[in-house]
Amino acid sequence: MSVRSMILVSNDPESRMRGSEKMFSEFQQQLSQYNLADEVSLTLATDLGSSYASPLVIIYPEAVIYGPVTPADVPHIVEEHLYKGRIVDEKRAPAHELSGKVAWLSARKGTLPAENRVVLKNVGLIDPEDIEDYIANDGYQALGMALEMSPDEVIDLIKASGLQGRGGAGFPAGLKWGFVRSTNSDKKYVICNADESEPGTFKDRVVLEGDPHAILEAMLISAYAVGADEGYIYIRGEYQLAIERMETAIKQAEQYGFLGENIFGSGLNFKVHVHAGAGAYICGEETALIESIEGRRGEPRNRPPYPTTYGLWGKPTLINNVETFANIPPIIRNGADWYRSLGTPSSPGTKVYTILGNVNVTGLIEVPMGITLREVISIYAKGMKTGTFKMAQTGGSSGSIIPASLQDAPMDFESFKKAGVSLGSGALLICNDEVCIVDLAKVLINFFKVESCGKCTPCRIGTKRAYDLLDGIAKGKGTLEDLDELQQLSQELTDLSNCGLGQTAGTPIKDMLTYFRAEVEAHIRLGVCPVGVCPMQA
Amino acid sequence: MTSDQNKDVQNLDDIREVVENIGSTRADLIPVLQAITNKFGYISQSAIKELSGLMGLPTKEIFSVATFYRMLSTQPRGKHVIQFCESAPCHVVGGREVFLALQEALNLEPGQTSPDNKWTLLTTSCLGVCGVGPVILIDTDMYGNVTPEQVKIILSRYD
Repeated sequence: MSVRSMILVSNDPESRMRGSEKMFSEFQQQLSQYNLADEVSLTLATDLGSSYASPLVIIYPEAVIYGPVTPADVPHIVEEHLYKGRIVDEKRAPAHELSGKVAWLSARKGTLPAENRVVLKNVGLIDPEDIEDYIANDGYQALGMALEMSPDEVIDLIKASGLQGRGGAGFPAGLKWGFVRSTNSDKKYVICNADESEPGTFKDRVVLEGDPHAILEAMLISAYAVGADEGYIYIRGEYQLAIERMETAIKQAEQYGFLGENIFGSGLNFKVHVHAGAGAYICGEETALIESIEGRRGEPRNRPPYPTTYGLWGKPTLINNVETFANIPPIIRNGADWYRSLGTPSSPGTKVYTILGNVNVTGLIEVPMGITLREVISIYAKGMKTGTFKMAQTGGSSGSIIPASLQDAPMDFESFKKAGVSLGSGALLICNDEVCIVDLAKVLINFFKVESCGKCTPCRIGTKRAYDLLDGIAKGKGTLEDLDELQQLSQELTDLSNCGLGQTAGTPIKDMLTYFRAEVEAHIRLGVCPVGVCPMQA
Repeated sequence: MTSDQNKDVQNLDDIREVVENIGSTRADLIPVLQAITNKFGYISQSAIKELSGLMGLPTKEIFSVATFYRMLSTQPRGKHVIQFCESAPCHVVGGREVFLALQEALNLEPGQTSPDNKWTLLTTSCLGVCGVGPVILIDTDMYGNVTPEQVKIILSRYD
C-alpha cells in the first residue's frame, strides 16, 4: 500500500526536553490502533526551525503544522486529521510563532516570504539517521561528480563560486583549498571545525544533527581536491546528539563504501574520526583545535606557519567550518554560476542566522547574503516582543554591536566591513531599549575573560582589566579616565593578542564607546543607569 | 553522575580499563580524562599518577590538560551539577534574575558545592540552545525558558 501521508515530529534537544519522544511513541501507538501504520509514514526529524512552538508536528501533503503538541493531543490529531481528514485548527501552531524551516514550508502556501535553503535543504525533511534518505535527496551525487573532475577543476569550481568561510572570518574557501593542494606531503588532513561555541550560535548543531552526511560528503570532496586521506570532525562536547548522529552517519557511509579504500573505484582513500571537545571556546580557533586533537591544552599556536602547511601532527591540513562544508555539495551539483546568483556580488550564497533576544520569534533562518537587519526583525522575527529596537549583537561575542542606525546596511562581509562592524558567525541577538549597554558589554567581556586560554598576556590580563573597569562603571564607581583606559585596552587587545579571541575581545568596548558613549557617560557623570539595570551604588 | 566524595583513591583497575578501551597515545589523553570524569565525577590525584605511568606522560602535563577544559574536573563535585548559562543571549532575556533565584535557593556562589554534597553550582558559557533562553543544565537535563519562579520547582525534582 502506498503512503498517503507523512508525519514529521521535531526532535531537536529543545523538543526532546519538551517530550517529543513520548509524543512520537504515542503516534506510533495510535497509528497502529487505527490501522494506519502502512499508509502513514512517521519520522523523527531534527530541528524544524522554530523554538517557540516545539515540539512540532508537520503533516504532509497538507503541510499543516501543529505545535506545541503533547502526547495527550495525539489521539485527537490522529483521529481527526489522519482518520477523518479534518485539520485540527485549535492545535495548529500560530503562524506568528513560526520561523526557519517551518516559515519556509508555509511560504510554499504563500503566507510568508520564502527563505532560500541551500545549507539547510535537507534539515528537518530527511531522517538524519538513515543514509538512504540522504541518497534519495541527491546525496553523494556531488561526490560522484567531483570524482569525475580533476582535483584542480574541483578547486577552480569552488574558487569560481566565491564561497567564503562561514566560521566568521570569511576567508575565500577555494583559495584555502588551493594552498593545501599545492603543498608537497605524503600525508594531509581535512578537519571539520564543529566546535561551535560562539554565544548565540547554533546553526552548525542543526546541520550536524539534521544532515550529517552532507558534511561527510563535503569532506570527501575536499579530501579528493587537496589530496588528503584522513579527516577529523571536532564537535564540541556539549553537542551529544550531534556526536551520536555523526558517528552513526560514519558507520553507514563505511557500510555503503563512501568511506574507506578506493572509493567509487577512483583510488581515493578516506577515513573520518569524530573528536569530542571537552569544553573550551578557544578550541574553535583552528590551531588550538589542532592542539586539542593532539591531546594538549587548547592554546593557539603562533602563526605562520599556517595549518595549510603545518597543521595536525605537522602535516598540511585543511580546516573548514561546518556551514562552509555544507555549501560544497550544492555548489558541485549546481555550479558556480548558480551559487553566484544567490547573495551579493562580493558575498555569494546564503547565510544561516540564529535569531535571538527580545523578539517575537526566535530560531533559525537561511537567507541570501545581503538581507538587512530591519528585514530580519520585521519579517522573520515578527517584530519586537517588548520595547523598541536598540541594538543587535552579531556573531556571538566576537561579533559587533550594531546600533539601530545601521539596521538598513546589507548584511554581507563587504558592506559590514565598510560600516566598521562585523558579521561574525551568524547569531543575531536583538536587544530592546530595556537592555543597558554597559551591562551587555560587561557580560560579553566576561565571556572572553572566562574563555581566554591564558597563553598571551594582552588577552589574559586585558580582558580581566576591562571587565573590572566595566564592573566599576556598572556599580557607579566609574570615572571618565576609565573610558580612555577602556578605549586603549580595546585597541591593545586587537593589536597585541596572539589569536582571534583576544583580537576581537575589544570589539564590544569599541562599539559601546562609538555608538553609545552618552549612555555610558550617564553612568559616570550622573550616577544613574538610564535603563535601570545596573546595580548603581554611588 | 554520583561519585564517592570522601576518598581520593579512585579504583585504579577502572582507570586501567579506561586506558585499555580508549588507548594510551597522547591523542587519547583528553578522551581518557573525559571518560574518567564521566565515570567518577572527577579526576583524582591518584588517578593522575596512575595515568602518568600508563600513558608515559609527566603528571604535571596531565594535570595541565585536566584543568584546562571545562568538562573535566580535578575536584569532587556534588551529586548534581547545575550549570547556568551566563552568555549574553540568555542574559538579555532574563538570565540574571534566574541566576539570582538559583543562588538564593541554593545559597551557593558559582563554583561552590553545598555542605551536604548535593549540589555544585557552576556558570558556563553558551550551551547552544539559545532559542529558549534562559537555560540551565542539571546533570544532563536541559531546562529552557526558565523563570525565577520555576527555579525551586525544578530543583525539587532532584534528591
